[in-house]
Amino acid sequence: MKTMRFALGVLVAICLVMTIGFPAWAADTIKVGVIGPMNFVQGKSHWNGAIMAAEDMNARGGIQVGKKKMNVELVKADSNEFLSITDATNAMELLLTRRKVDFIVGGFRTEAVLAMQDMAMDHKKIFIGVGAASDEICTRVAEDYDTYKYWFRGSPFNSTFLGRTSFIHLGTVAAILRMYLKIPTIKTAVVGEKAMWTESMIKACEVYLPKMGMEIAGIWRPSPVATDVTAELSAIQRSGAHIVFTIFSSSVGITFARQAGELKIPAAMVGINVEAQKDSFWEATQGMGNYLMTLNTYARGVEQNELTAPFVNRYIERFGETPTYTADTYSAIIYSLAPAIEEAGTLDSDKIVAILENREYAVPSGRHKYMKDAQGRHLHDLTWGPGYVTSLGVQWQDGELKGVWPNRWKAAEGLPEITYKGIVPYKIAPWIIEKYKK
Amino acid sequence: MILDIITSGLINGSVYALLAIGFSLSFGAARIVNLAHTAFYMVASYCIYYATHKIGLHPVLAMLVAIILVTLIGLVCYKLFINPIREHEAAVLIATIAIAMAMQEIMLLIFTGDFLSVPALVKGYLNIIGMRIAYQQVLTIGVALLILAGVWAVLMKTRLGLAIRSTAQDREVANLMGMNESRVAMITMGVSVGLAAFAGAVVVPLTVVNPHMWMHPLIFMLAVVVLGGLGSLKGSFVGAYILGFAESIVVFLLPMGAFLKGSVALSIMILVLLVRPEGLFGIAFEEER
Repeated sequence: MKTMRFALGVLVAICLVMTIGFPAWAADTIKVGVIGPMNFVQGKSHWNGAIMAAEDMNARGGIQVGKKKMNVELVKADSNEFLSITDATNAMELLLTRRKVDFIVGGFRTEAVLAMQDMAMDHKKIFIGVGAASDEICTRVAEDYDTYKYWFRGSPFNSTFLGRTSFIHLGTVAAILRMYLKIPTIKTAVVGEKAMWTESMIKACEVYLPKMGMEIAGIWRPSPVATDVTAELSAIQRSGAHIVFTIFSSSVGITFARQAGELKIPAAMVGINVEAQKDSFWEATQGMGNYLMTLNTYARGVEQNELTAPFVNRYIERFGETPTYTADTYSAIIYSLAPAIEEAGTLDSDKIVAILENREYAVPSGRHKYMKDAQGRHLHDLTWGPGYVTSLGVQWQDGELKGVWPNRWKAAEGLPEITYKGIVPYKIAPWIIEKYKK
Repeated sequence: MILDIITSGLINGSVYALLAIGFSLSFGAARIVNLAHTAFYMVASYCIYYATHKIGLHPVLAMLVAIILVTLIGLVCYKLFINPIREHEAAVLIATIAIAMAMQEIMLLIFTGDFLSVPALVKGYLNIIGMRIAYQQVLTIGVALLILAGVWAVLMKTRLGLAIRSTAQDREVANLMGMNESRVAMITMGVSVGLAAFAGAVVVPLTVVNPHMWMHPLIFMLAVVVLGGLGSLKGSFVGAYILGFAESIVVFLLPMGAFLKGSVALSIMILVLLVRPEGLFGIAFEEER
């Protein structure tokens, strides 16, 4: 009887160890945590992109890990990071300790991603960020490689490059206004929401706009969730600005565009307006966001390379909308993680990091190559520029989001002009023409 | 610039006044601190969105439906959650916050966190000495003034108003005089929630509809009523315009600090309270109600 009890005890103990103690890879699935604000468009796109990636991988029979094929299993975590960073860290804790994921993709708001990044690094889990742009997230890798080497940027490229691209868009629109409306000195109003990621861009505006031959009409910093900006718009109108350079990622982007359109403010809007990147923007502004231009990753009918159209078209077919950059969880899983895992032949994070940081590969938005800083240290940040990722300039033209940049863009003297397939000319709003046409 | 500040201040102030008047009424007359007031405004906005975009109703008809529906929801909330605990003001405060959070989560579940919008009642803009003002904003100013006049007329010129005022002065005596105090409170609550819905109907074409749109106006509305004197309609009206002008001044004189407009407005409220703890019309409010 005693022996029986002992045997039963051992059996129960073995069962417990098997169910609790073994990591997820003991099963034939690779668990990928998808973290994002799931009640918002950004999080929904995170999830949609990941679903497509998991379905594609599993349809191929899974990811080859050593001698066996493993399916991708997605684990959804709502970070609610727009409203609470604590919610975001709780969601990350859930992924790491309860759901025991092997990899994580997603994140959006820099303030939340910085906190989530620390947690993932503590658990030595590879975290591919798809949403946050702040440079700091990647400079951490260079400064403390051993701790932060498990972090990689998936999308978008960093704030510095976002700023640089936006300035190119600004310069392009300024040149068009100068040429067609004969405005000798372009006055630009800078409007950036009060958030961490916009700080460096605001400072850059003060330095570079005069160098670009433009006059700064003023700098306005509304709250990211401002519900009324008519006072700001009145002040901008009074300043005589020809261009409004916008730096928005929150709901204020809709408010600003809608109210500016309603009042027909005679200034061209260009810059970053994340809300304007979505198909729903037209309805959200009741069509008042017409002629607004913003930086974007994808647009219907525009192809950066041979991978763009198949991804964009399938995404539209599946989810009924154009993908935004947070749908690049697709690229993060299909083009970044899966090949690196297959090459490593293991789920061991350190071995995958060594492969991932040295790979160069095509993605639907361009080509990924991880940068090093000036001292040759790994940053795990994306290389920007012709041949890599450049993003697009898109403009709302009568209800359709059209790609308008790069259009015969020369990144530097001596380099060839770049025009992506499907790009159309930029249009000046009729009320601006009416105001300035001589 | 002065004209810009005045116009912009008038617009901002009118929006706050619309919200604060309803809140003030429920506190001044029924002693209910309804922190779900702006949540009803949010629900009304969603109702209008649903009626115009999903059912295809005309915006005006959608607004009427929303006002009626939200008023009914308000009355049900009052009957189920507020009336049983009305004697305990702190409990009412917590209960109304819970109602607001519940409504937020319900809207989040139904509509997700996407930013939505409803069409303007009147499109286009007015040009006043080079300054552009949307017709919808002009409408907001007009409606705010009309509502204040309407509420004042109901309170001062009707039997219902007399009942509300007498109940507000002394509930026990009003009861002894044959007035159904609980019913008067319910009617007051209904009118107050109806005003919140009305504010939603007028203001929502100017803004973005989302489940969290009630939080920012709540803080401002509280600042307005505290500044004006708790429960004072006149105080709420004046307080709303003071904060509206304060916001405009910040935006025009300190563009880089435009995001501080809320903080500056709240600082003014604190300053006024330091000098006059009962608010601007705290004494007048005693006579008024």
